[in-house]
Amino acid sequence: MRREVPLVLTAIVGLTMIIAHFIPPFNILKDLFEDWFFIIAAFAIYLGVLNLLRVNADKVYKKQRDWPFGVVVILGFLLITIPGLFFSGGRSFLDIGTPFYYLYIHVYYPLSATMFALLAFFVASASYRAFRARNVEATLLLVAAFVLMLGRVPIGDWITAWLPEGYRLGNAADWIMDFPQTAGQRAIMIGIALGLVSSALRVILGLERTYMGGD
Amino acid sequence: MNQENSQEEKNFWEKLLSIDRRIIFLFIAVAVAVPLFFKVSMHIPVTPIVRGVYDAIEELPAGSKVLVSFDYDPGSMPELQPMAEAFFRHAFRKDLKVIIMGLWPQGPLQANMALEEVFKDEDIKAKNLQYSIDYVNLGFTAGNEVVIDRMGHSFEESYPKDGQGTPLSELPLMKGVKNYNNVDLIYSLSAGYPGTQEWVQYAVDVFHVKLAAGNTAVQAPAMYPYVQTGQLAGVLGGMKGGAEYETAIGKPGIAVRYMFSQAVAHAVICLFIIIGNLAFFSLKKKKRS
Repeated sequence: MRREVPLVLTAIVGLTMIIAHFIPPFNILKDLFEDWFFIIAAFAIYLGVLNLLRVNADKVYKKQRDWPFGVVVILGFLLITIPGLFFSGGRSFLDIGTPFYYLYIHVYYPLSATMFALLAFFVASASYRAFRARNVEATLLLVAAFVLMLGRVPIGDWITAWLPEGYRLGNAADWIMDFPQTAGQRAIMIGIALGLVSSALRVILGLERTYMGGD
Repeated sequence: MNQENSQEEKNFWEKLLSIDRRIIFLFIAVAVAVPLFFKVSMHIPVTPIVRGVYDAIEELPAGSKVLVSFDYDPGSMPELQPMAEAFFRHAFRKDLKVIIMGLWPQGPLQANMALEEVFKDEDIKAKNLQYSIDYVNLGFTAGNEVVIDRMGHSFEESYPKDGQGTPLSELPLMKGVKNYNNVDLIYSLSAGYPGTQEWVQYAVDVFHVKLAAGNTAVQAPAMYPYVQTGQLAGVLGGMKGGAEYETAIGKPGIAVRYMFSQAVAHAVICLFIIIGNLAFFSLKKKKRS
């Protein structure tokens, strides 16, 4: 039963969602399943929070490797949650000027932006080492990257200002984005869509069971 | 003597190829940071894909309702926040009514940050915009694309209350807004999943609403096929897209200012790529000879 019930539930929900798209009366069932999804999604957030605290508290208690980071996670969690829940006007915690908003702007935002900004450094280092004209394909990639990197910023048009309008680096970058890039994207999207359809059918028909854990 | 020179040259290129990455980091840090201190006016032409977003908003009559989905966090702020601010400036100048929501928990806060900045403008301040009349912030709801799908039937099913806990039925702006049929445009600001792609698949394809988008530079290329098919009115891609949009609305802001920094950083990366290839080919030639 532990395996059959989830399989039957998955099949019913999956088939209903497909049928409801074509036969409107089935929308009643679809809405019901979506309500269940909302409840599960909301609980998943609480579950995630509890799991985060449990894992880190456990790490600190057992003094596992890098346990001080666990303390930082728990303190960070409390630092944001307590002002948000108790000192920011209840439901108005998102409003400009609340303690929660202040912490978001002055703590969370700079930390989060710093992590993302590090990408610029890694991209530069990786480009230096990876972009080599070793063969025809690599050369094509290199030339496209070069044109895009210069053409997507005003400097590209500036260094090719001597060329007639329409033949400058900016125009070349736009052409790459509009045609070869879009054609490639479209091919990838169609491939992914076909893959998703077949995966979904396998899950609905019970052929794919890895989502339940085990085989 | 010749052999010694050749060996020295070989060593030089080898050293260059295995350059410490911290040196590259230092060059990039200088290339990004130093230009921020200079005010360089750069000509930024508005491309058709950005013009599409501008036109979609520009052609709306005063009083039209625009639903804006903030689906990003502070990590993507340098790229998306200028687009958000430029959008608010554009919308409020045209007296559009703005409904804010977020599929990402941080989204509604990003919206408030953009509003705080925009409300400093004298012309916007003079309009004396009121919450619940000129704009509302519905906040965040968990559920990703299911939220989009349910809003097609009824906004209240996904957002029974706004971010402050007021029932939607008590908000003057939301009077007569039941579902997508009652909004004139959706503007998606997104940095990944859930984001613009889900808006296209669940709102545009099913409910035939008009959608414009602002995405990070990494995500924007995936949206080009949707623009060509007409599923998207246009896309602002990365800081460049933001700078073009700021230029289009006639109010250059931080995206335009930071374009110089981005231009210099790109030029430095290109320079490194050239040096890397020069070293690669020189070594190859030496090895052959």
